[in-house]
Amino acid sequence: MTASTPASEQRPGADPALGGAGSQRRRWAGTYLPLVPFFFYVTLFLLLPTFIVLVGAFQAADGSPSLESITTVVTGPRFLAAFGRSVQLSLVSALAGAVLGGLFAWAVSSGGPGGRLRQISVAASGVLAQFGGVMLAFAFLATFGFNGLVTLLLRDSVGIDLSKDNTWIYGMTGLTIVYTYFQIPLMVIVFLPALDGLRKEWWEASTSLGGSSWTYWRNVAGPILAPSFLGAVLLLFANAFSAYATAFSLVSQGSPIVPLQIGEAMSGEVVQGQANIGKALALGMIIVVVIVMGLYAFLQRRASRWLR
Amino acid sequence: MTTRGQRRLSVTRWAIVIVVGGYLLLPLIAMAEFSTRGDFGSRSLDSWIAITEDPNLVEAIITTLAIAALTAVGMLVLLVPTITWTYLRAPRLKRPVEFLCLLPIAIPAIVLVVGIVPIYSILTRATRGNPLVLVFIDIILVLPYAHRAIDAGLRSIDVATLAEAARSLGAGWPRVMFQIIAPNLRGAILAAAVISIALVLGEFTISSLLNYDTLQVVINLLGKRDAFVAVAVSLAALIFAFVLIFGIALVAGGGRRRTKETIEEAVVS
Repeated sequence: MTASTPASEQRPGADPALGGAGSQRRRWAGTYLPLVPFFFYVTLFLLLPTFIVLVGAFQAADGSPSLESITTVVTGPRFLAAFGRSVQLSLVSALAGAVLGGLFAWAVSSGGPGGRLRQISVAASGVLAQFGGVMLAFAFLATFGFNGLVTLLLRDSVGIDLSKDNTWIYGMTGLTIVYTYFQIPLMVIVFLPALDGLRKEWWEASTSLGGSSWTYWRNVAGPILAPSFLGAVLLLFANAFSAYATAFSLVSQGSPIVPLQIGEAMSGEVVQGQANIGKALALGMIIVVVIVMGLYAFLQRRASRWLR
Repeated sequence: MTTRGQRRLSVTRWAIVIVVGGYLLLPLIAMAEFSTRGDFGSRSLDSWIAITEDPNLVEAIITTLAIAALTAVGMLVLLVPTITWTYLRAPRLKRPVEFLCLLPIAIPAIVLVVGIVPIYSILTRATRGNPLVLVFIDIILVLPYAHRAIDAGLRSIDVATLAEAARSLGAGWPRVMFQIIAPNLRGAILAAAVISIALVLGEFTISSLLNYDTLQVVINLLGKRDAFVAVAVSLAALIFAFVLIFGIALVAGGGRRRTKETIEEAVVS
C-alpha cells in the first residue's frame, strides 16, 4: 500500500527540493489538497445527515437533550412489534433468497466462467437485483393481484380463486414473497465467486480417496462455502431490512415494518412529544444494520482464507 | 462418477434453473401480459401508448433522466480523480476513502433521508424546488457501487507506471488525469455510470419523502388511478435498464476485452 510513496517523492518537478518547513507544508498540501472536495462533499451529504439523526434521537422537540424519543420507541409496543416484524421479514426472505439463489448459482456455475447460461444469468441478476421498489410491487400485483395473470389462470383453469381472499399479498406474507424475489438475484451475484473458488482438484482428491458426493459436500465444499453463505445471508438481511419502496407501494394498511414507520413519522403530522420519533427509529435501524454488516465483514475475512 | 450419476446431476441443475428462473421470469411475463390487455380478452397497446399522453409522466421521465445523467457526471467528477489520487500520491487515505464510499450501505436511504431534511430544506428554498437538486443525495446513494467499479478498473491497470511515464515526459497532473489515466479507465467509468443511472431510475425513498415528482413517485401515484399504464411504465423502465446494461456490455465487447470484463465485474458488484 505504501510502496508507491517513495517513488512518487522522487518524481521530477513534483516537489522542488528546497528543504525547510515551508516546502514540507507545501508538499503535504500538494498531496492532500486534491482530496478535499471529496471529503467535504461526503461530510456535507453523508456524515452530517447521519450526525443529525444520531443527535436528534437524543433530543426533545425543543432541541434540549432528552431520552424521550428513545424511551417512547423502546417502551412502545407498536414500535417494538415493527422491529420484530422487520427482523422476521428480513430473516425469512434472506434465508429463502440465499437457499434459492445459492442453488441457482450452483446450477448455472457448471459451465465455468465462460458459459452462456451463466453470462445471461449474471447480467440479468445485475438488473433484477436493482429491480426493487415500486416497479416490483406492481409486477406482483400484475401476477397475483385481483386481476393478475396467475389469479386469472388459476380461476379459469383449476377453479381456485385467489382473489376471494387476496389480502395476503398486501400483508406480511406478500411482503415476504416479494422480498424473496429481489434477494435471489443478489444472492446469485454475491455467491457465484465463492462457488468459483471451489477447485476441481478438491473434488477429484475426495473421489479418488473413495469419498462419495455426500462426503465431498459434507467435508470439503460445505465447510469452505459456509462462511461465504452465512456472509451472503447477512448481506441479504441488511438489504431487506433497509428496503422501503416495495413495502410502501404494496402495503395498504398501517405501517407494519420500521422503514414504513419512519416514513409515517416524517410525513404525518407530529404528535405531541414525538417530534424526533423518526430519528430514534432511524437510530435503531443503524444499530441493527451496523451489527449485521460488522458480522458480514468478519465472515468475509474468514471466507477469503480459502478463496483467493 | 458414473454416467447415470452425471445425468442425474445435470437433470437436477436444469430443474433448479427452470424452477428458480421461472419464479424470476413470472412477474415479468405477467407485466407484459397485464399491460397489453384490451377489451373482452383482446390484446392492445393502449396502455403503452398512454405513457406518452400523460404530461405528468412525460415530465417525470425527462426529469429523472436528467437527474440520472447529472448524477453519473457528478459521481465521476468527484470519484475518479479522488480514487486515482489515493493510488498515486496518498495511499494512506485509500482505506478511509473506501470506507466512506461503502458507508451508505450501512446507512440505508430511509435513515439518510431523515437526517437530510434540514439540509434539503435550505437547498429546496435556494433552488425554488427544482428536482435536479436530488443529484446531490443520489451521488451519495451510488457511491458504493461506483467506487467498486472504478477501484476494480484502477487495480487492473498499472496506474503508477502510467503516471510516472507521463510525468517524466513533462505532463502536468491535470493532463495525467484526463488524457492518460481516464482513457485507460474507459470500461470502469462506463460501468460506474451505467450502474449509477440504473439506480437513479429506480430511486423512490428519498424523492418520495422529500416530495419530488420523480419517475417512481409518479408511477406509484399512477398505480392508484390506472394500474395498466403504471405496469406498462414499470416494464418500460426495466427494459430500458436491461438494454442500457446489455447494450453497453455489447458495445464494449466489440472493443476491448478488458472493458467488457470490468463492466461485468461492476454489474456483478
